[in-house]
Amino acid sequence: MTGELGQLALCFALALSLVMAVSGLIGTRVEANAARRVATSSALGFLVFIVLAFAALTYAFVVSDFSVALVAGHSHTLKPLVYKISGVWGNHEGSMLLWVLVLALYAGMVAFLQRGGERLTSGALGVQGLLAAAFILFILFTSNPFLRLDPAPFEGAGLTPLLQDPGLAMHPPMLYAGYVGLSASFSYAAAALLVGEAGWARAARPFMLIAWIALTCGIALGSWWAYYELGWGGFWGWDPVENASLMPWLIATALLHSALATEKSGAFRTWTLLLAIAGFSMSLIGTFLVRSGVLSSVHAFASDPARGFFIMVLIALAIGGALALFAWRAPSLQGGAAFEPASRETALLLNNVFLVAACACVFAGTLYPLILDALNGTKITVGPPYYVITFAPIFFALLLLVPFGPRLGWKRGDLKAAWRSLVPALGLAGIAAIAVLAIVAPRTIAATGAFAVAAWLIGASIIDVRKRKGARASAFAAALAHAGLGVTLMGVAGTTAWRSEALTVVAPGQSFTVGPYTLRFDGVSRVKGPNYIADRAHIAVMDGAKPGAVLQPEHRLYPAEGQDMSDTAIRTTGLRDLYLALGDERDDGRFALRAYVSPLAPLIWIGGLIMALGGMLSLWGRLRAPAREPAAAVAQAAE
Amino acid sequence: MKAVIALLLMMIPALAMPLGDTFSNPAMEARARNLQRQFRCLVCAGENVDESGSPFSADVRRLIREQIAAGQSDGQVQDFLVARYGDVILMKPPVQPDTWLLWLAPFLVLGAGGVVAWVVVKKASTTSA
Repeated sequence: MTGELGQLALCFALALSLVMAVSGLIGTRVEANAARRVATSSALGFLVFIVLAFAALTYAFVVSDFSVALVAGHSHTLKPLVYKISGVWGNHEGSMLLWVLVLALYAGMVAFLQRGGERLTSGALGVQGLLAAAFILFILFTSNPFLRLDPAPFEGAGLTPLLQDPGLAMHPPMLYAGYVGLSASFSYAAAALLVGEAGWARAARPFMLIAWIALTCGIALGSWWAYYELGWGGFWGWDPVENASLMPWLIATALLHSALATEKSGAFRTWTLLLAIAGFSMSLIGTFLVRSGVLSSVHAFASDPARGFFIMVLIALAIGGALALFAWRAPSLQGGAAFEPASRETALLLNNVFLVAACACVFAGTLYPLILDALNGTKITVGPPYYVITFAPIFFALLLLVPFGPRLGWKRGDLKAAWRSLVPALGLAGIAAIAVLAIVAPRTIAATGAFAVAAWLIGASIIDVRKRKGARASAFAAALAHAGLGVTLMGVAGTTAWRSEALTVVAPGQSFTVGPYTLRFDGVSRVKGPNYIADRAHIAVMDGAKPGAVLQPEHRLYPAEGQDMSDTAIRTTGLRDLYLALGDERDDGRFALRAYVSPLAPLIWIGGLIMALGGMLSLWGRLRAPAREPAAAVAQAAE
Repeated sequence: MKAVIALLLMMIPALAMPLGDTFSNPAMEARARNLQRQFRCLVCAGENVDESGSPFSADVRRLIREQIAAGQSDGQVQDFLVARYGDVILMKPPVQPDTWLLWLAPFLVLGAGGVVAWVVVKKASTTSA
């Protein structure tokens, strides 16, 4: 019964999204007050029905209603409740419904906040409605989550054990909040082109920030999950699916910076519009790559060509339509504002040049093998070495320039004064480089450079915060986000340069060493989890001859799914991780074990969290400020 | 039941750790480890031969070690594996006419962006003067 209710709710949502699209677009006309009211209320109604549909599917998962094919295929009665719920989006159909739910939440926020004036809001809702209708059609025609099974099986097939993890339960909603969050900026940009741009950058800024924060957290979560779950101690593999989330992040970061210039000084108006379109396009391409089955990985649930084709048409229409609108309307926008070469505008422009080049690098690395294979059947791999050669230097150069931006004034800045205020940061960078060279072995140029740049970024942020006591939240937010980059950089450099590894086969009672630790393997015991059985190893960290802390990595078997996986044990000091993974059993009770000591690894994610906090601080400052600057209001009134 | 589960646990070959022969000569072992990281496990999702526990990777590791033991240089080992499995086994894509665009694209975008930025700044500063 709930399945049919869900299906019905989805159909009503489709109808309302179409109403929202038409009335929203009509509402961009000056006199169409009634249409605007319809757009607002249909957006809220659309949200209600999508929530109902999603709730119906979640209910089916929670009560294990195996007459719903999706539940039978992806759930199991013995699964803990939290993974029954996360199972809703641990599959293609459910994850597309989550996608639309997030879209509806953003549409609801746009309708509720009414930022940037009636006409702009209405246009944005119209575009959100078009996107929503397209995706609901996609769900209904190719990926219906409510299809029934008759007769219903007694038990479900379970969920891939890899996905039964708290980090991964949260990863997709977070990432989608980012991906789909960029749709709000996209819709505002399209509306701005329709209405004649009027303060849209300011109106859309909270949505850009929310999307960016969510993307930052989502990427950090995904990377953390890969680190502790996959059992080889890596945190980023330049896997196409990871890249699919990095590209929108790079563009969203560029957009945040460019939109700031557009809002504060009127510079780069058309460029910012284009970036808003590009950001969501990257999200769509990411969705296509992940969902179409073009890539085979844990993420690609779908391998139905009809789905891939549908998504491709959808993307072509969305991106093509937006670009056509841009080409038609952008030339009529007023040209750029004036600024000096040494100004914040120039700094933000350079930021954009480097970020877009970095994104081009990830884009090429991800899509080139697919294109080459399609063109002449040549198969190549684009692995981490490619990104070390291309992405790393481009991003490194960007990081060197970061501290100048906040120090240069709008329109006309003082480069000499900026340099002077950065002298302590330069000193700190020098000290960091010398310290790394003197203390830590092995010596590497990359790690030394990375620590110098990290110190440069963090030092500059500290100067910023100290100098501008009583400054606005935005200054602190920027300092925090930039410092977070430095912290992450230290984590990446430390782990990459100084990780120690031990890969051994040990018998109970036997000791082995990894990095500074001596570990003793005290055997394995069999334990029973809610829906798995595990071999749990007991490994003591030796403190001289006495055993200290005990780590317990597991090797789990999930009988329902017929799969096994490793559950790593990590002991962290906050600055150094001891990381253990249990392997397969050898003859006579010996086990394979993998141990890593990863210096500074936690900093990778702590830095990500600091960046996200910077974003949140900025958002907090924004939501307290009025949605429209007086000047923008005047400009709109004058049209 | 317990026996069945124990049997199941034993039957599953996954999670095999990439353990195998090691050279007693540390220089040769270091070369082998370094080489192993440069080749991709073709049956895994993005793992290199050094970290993967798949039978395919075990084979490739064995081949690499045989080649090193036979006195082949790193370049010869690479040529041998490419001849056997194709360019797709290389983690670092080869530089050849059909990958020039791949290698140059980021820097072309950077260069083009730089030129555009130059023009934009120049124009913006002359209007302000």
